[in-house]
Amino acid sequence: MIIDKIKKMNPEDIQFSSKNEVAGDMLVGKWVKCDACKEILYKEEVHKNLSVCPNCGKHFRISSRRRIKQIIDEGTFEEIGKGLKTTNPLNFEGYEKKLESLQEKTKIEEAVTTGIGEIEGEKVVLAVMDGNFMMGSMGSVVGEKITLAIETSIKLRLPLIIFCVSGGARMQEGIISLMQMAKTSAALAKHNKEGLLYISVLTDPTTGGVTASFAMLGDIILAEPNALIGFAGPRVIEQTIKQQLPDGFQRSEFLLEHGFIDRIVERKNMKTELANILKLHRRCD
Amino acid sequence: MFTAWDKVLLARDSKRPRTLDYIENIFDEFIELHGDRLFGDDKSIVGGIARIENYVVTVIGQQKGKTTKENMERNFGMTNPEGYRKALRLMKQAEKFGRPIITFIDTPGAYPGIGAEERGQGEAIAKNLLEMSTLKVPIICIVIGEGSSGGALALGVGDKIIMLENSVYSILSPEGFASILYKDATKNREAAENMKITAKDLKELEIIDEIIKEPTGGSQNDIAGITSNVKKSIIKNLNKLTKINKDILLEERYEKFRKIGKIER
Repeated sequence: MIIDKIKKMNPEDIQFSSKNEVAGDMLVGKWVKCDACKEILYKEEVHKNLSVCPNCGKHFRISSRRRIKQIIDEGTFEEIGKGLKTTNPLNFEGYEKKLESLQEKTKIEEAVTTGIGEIEGEKVVLAVMDGNFMMGSMGSVVGEKITLAIETSIKLRLPLIIFCVSGGARMQEGIISLMQMAKTSAALAKHNKEGLLYISVLTDPTTGGVTASFAMLGDIILAEPNALIGFAGPRVIEQTIKQQLPDGFQRSEFLLEHGFIDRIVERKNMKTELANILKLHRRCD
Repeated sequence: MFTAWDKVLLARDSKRPRTLDYIENIFDEFIELHGDRLFGDDKSIVGGIARIENYVVTVIGQQKGKTTKENMERNFGMTNPEGYRKALRLMKQAEKFGRPIITFIDTPGAYPGIGAEERGQGEAIAKNLLEMSTLKVPIICIVIGEGSSGGALALGVGDKIIMLENSVYSILSPEGFASILYKDATKNREAAENMKITAKDLKELEIIDEIIKEPTGGSQNDIAGITSNVKKSIIKNLNKLTKINKDILLEERYEKFRKIGKIER
């Protein structure tokens, strides 16, 4: 029985499959196998440990709901940007159905949840992406919600934090998804001019058009340990250069080494670290 | 009538005029400038200062080769981070000296390589998108061939977005779209039709502002003809854009991208 469940938890599926919508549900049943250290773990224990492997420290992917719970002071989160509905601009077959079934399964409207809340009493505008919803890909609604969050942060003169997890721009909406990169980046240019703080937090995986727009534009960029972060996906690079990629390529530690992120922060320290940065940026005016 | 896939092939045709053909035929003077001052000089992007009628402008474009040797040199028009950073350096320079900017877009995409990732391909593209949205000079972007993915958009934020009649502009190649979404790379024709990548489609979607007509059969048949059409469009748009107050220009540029999205509220 246990073995059957473990078999179902093929680490390949959890890590790289495009059918990764199950990533957040990987802790189904009583036991799970860590795809990094292969240790068999008791689900409760992993859950209590913020979905980090107690044995090797592997940070498993988590839903936006859990992320918000881990970061935001209890009872302070007020969601904004609700009720926006994705359309099907390319008339891509099955797209609406796919969205509907995901909404039902994940209980969220789209691949990002936005709102206002407090972190150790510091008020912020927060956007949290969710890899369980079409790999956190950015289409019209994700682009719009991120932009609205940025604009709200400008209007209320509050710091902005975005937790990124994304496979990139959403292909099902074609060029309109691509243009969300320009839209969100232009909004951040305004935010920047207002002298407001933007902290970008990169989690596993952050790739493609999200990396090439708001993910990389933080005043301060944090990342969880060993997150895959890059523009091109590893398989595309391998196919292009016809070489195997070096160990640790495009992982958080690699980006830190090359100067593209500020700090690697473990999940258990994330809230405190964010609170500290926010306090250092508290405005005197 | 060309199908969307025919246009993909035309856009990639090795005989199709490239950035340097446009530069040579449109501008009276051109001084090429090199390097990003950080790492190197990416030959997939050509940039410099040029004169067109009474205007001095900064021109930046992606350059594909016409032969294999040239393509090796130009990396098939696939830009590395240093290319985007060279482009940004030249655009900032244009802003300093009050020169309008003209970009020519022609790329299969940003280069997916180890070095490109080490040097921050994502950051380089993101920075261009952010900076181009606030540069205080008019920006005219022209897709002359293949405009693919973030690698094209990184030169594509401006006041007028223009496409040549047979050029294509897309989130990724039709082959890529077919292999990922249809799980069948041979469905490239179907993908090209469905993705809305032609100038006509993108004008209807209000992603672009203008289509420049190509000579019968495509630009490769009449380089003098197409470069003359492009020149006329550039002058017409410069005449308009240089008369607009800078604050209004920037506000309109912001709104142009701000409103893109198909959403039901």
